[in-house]
Amino acid sequence: MTSILEPLQFAFFQKGLLVAALSGALLGFIGVYIVLRGMSYIGHGLSHAIFGGFAAMQLFAAELYVVGAGFWGVLSAISITAVARRSRVGADAAIGVITTASFALGVALFAKFGTSGPSFENALFGSILGISAAQIWGLVGVSLLTVAVVFLRYRVLLFTTFDPDVAQASGVRVARVEALLMIILSLAILATLTVIGVTLVAAMLVIPAVIARMLTNSFGRMLALSTGIGALCGLVGMYLSYYASVPSGTMIVLVGAAVFLVVLSITGARGLRRTAGLDSHRESVGTAR
Amino acid sequence: MTGTGVGEALVTLTDVSAGYGNTHVLHDINFAVREDQFTGILGPSGAGKTTMLRLLLGSLKPQSGTITRAPKLAVSYVPQLETVDWNFPITVFECVLMSRTARRILPWATPGEKADVASVLERLGIGDLAHRHIRELSGGQQQRMFLARALLRKPAMLLLDEPTSGVDFSTRHDVLHLLADLHEDGMSIVLTTHDLNGMAAHLPHLVCVNHHVVASGTPQEVITPEVLEGTFGARMEVLQHLGVPVVVDDSRAAG
Ligand SMILES: Nc1ncnc2c1ncn2[C@@H]1O[C@H](COP(=O)(O)OP(=O)(O)O)[C@@H](O)[C@H]1O
Ligand SMILES: [Mg+2]
Repeated sequence: MTSILEPLQFAFFQKGLLVAALSGALLGFIGVYIVLRGMSYIGHGLSHAIFGGFAAMQLFAAELYVVGAGFWGVLSAISITAVARRSRVGADAAIGVITTASFALGVALFAKFGTSGPSFENALFGSILGISAAQIWGLVGVSLLTVAVVFLRYRVLLFTTFDPDVAQASGVRVARVEALLMIILSLAILATLTVIGVTLVAAMLVIPAVIARMLTNSFGRMLALSTGIGALCGLVGMYLSYYASVPSGTMIVLVGAAVFLVVLSITGARGLRRTAGLDSHRESVGTAR
Repeated sequence: MTGTGVGEALVTLTDVSAGYGNTHVLHDINFAVREDQFTGILGPSGAGKTTMLRLLLGSLKPQSGTITRAPKLAVSYVPQLETVDWNFPITVFECVLMSRTARRILPWATPGEKADVASVLERLGIGDLAHRHIRELSGGQQQRMFLARALLRKPAMLLLDEPTSGVDFSTRHDVLHLLADLHEDGMSIVLTTHDLNGMAAHLPHLVCVNHHVVASGTPQEVITPEVLEGTFGARMEVLQHLGVPVVVDDSRAAG
């Protein structure tokens, strides 16, 4: 028993658990909208795009990096949606080019100016180390903001996710809601980047939401379940990463995959059927989008 | 049922062309929806019927021409069942409540909203299905659910895309009667259809569309071999049965 509780005596580990659970919850929460809108390729692209800004700011302006990377992230979020909206054909390709270039820039900056290897690996796969108080407050702040936005925009977000055309015609400003979601998404990616890792953030946007979808047919319940599953994966994954001595993000994602398999074995084909067509790029109709 | 329309125009399309990207689907459309009208947009698949509804709805902007609409016009839309994402995780209740999106911001339904949703579902005969997932309904029930969502908004103009395709005979009958009642109560209704005998022949007013407006008028006026050939591109024979035109395929003429 003592060995299970052993790491808990370390302050850095307590912080790590808190940040991992909150990160998992936040990504699980937002992931519902991302997955149902068929936007996870944007989550994937964004996390890579933000990495460029993250690297540049961390290496050159340590104090300002969160602000800088956040700015970079929101900027790439808005340009990605703009590209995706404007041209149907080739939008994915354009996003691919922009985001991988930004990622490559980040890698190059780390290679050229980075002090040591581990910090690079941590940025890619997540680490418990180097979680500062500022980061915790940043994560808490982004989480509160996200909850507030979803609370106040719950109906609008649901309507535009299910049926953007009719929502637009019913007086909802769809483009504005989309921009709001993208800003929230990039802030969430930024806030969870250190503990989950650039390459694994997109996975945590998808896995809890898909598992939640297998368990329920109600939107409200899917939101609650996905948040809970995300938190659980973060908590358990962080714990296991301590014992296995592997980057925290990898373990968190592996725990998510294990939960997926357990749920799959319980719900069977019925659960899987519910996920059919999930996250497929839905053809947008009309020009309002 | 008088649906030919002499009332005030709710939406007017003037010299409108519309399409997607650089392709034109509709050309030179001149067409108005009036407040006491019950109109069927008739045409073959791919003719631009859905595109026309999107123009009326306001979710598609015209490539050229102008669309004017009555100020503060409340429009409801019932989508074609085939285009709906049936795998989306919502219950019938959650779906119908969507039409209250603009009025309130709190996520959950108030007791008043719950009662409103229950009563509109009851009126459409699906009151016991509120907590089912949308996929667990039959085609006719799905159609009624979207009608319920549309009616909860108390629209002045109701648009329905192929409301009777993929539903059984008795649902088609029920839907037609319900729409006729709503029209009696003063709602302006526009629906699309490619079903000549089951649907179009029973509507008060028809607009025949095939990328442009081929003809418009009462079924007696437009369901003629000439107009049908211009609309569907095939020669058909028209008989009369109890004052309603009945269309039969004229395969001899085609061959
Ligand atoms: N979102 C879209 N993007 C591109 N082309 C479209 C879109 N929607 C419809 N079309 C095309 O426009 C034409 C008319 O479509 P539509 O208005 O749906 O016809 P109908 O409803 O009469 O079957 C078709 O050729 C169709 O392929
Ligand atoms: Mg259509």
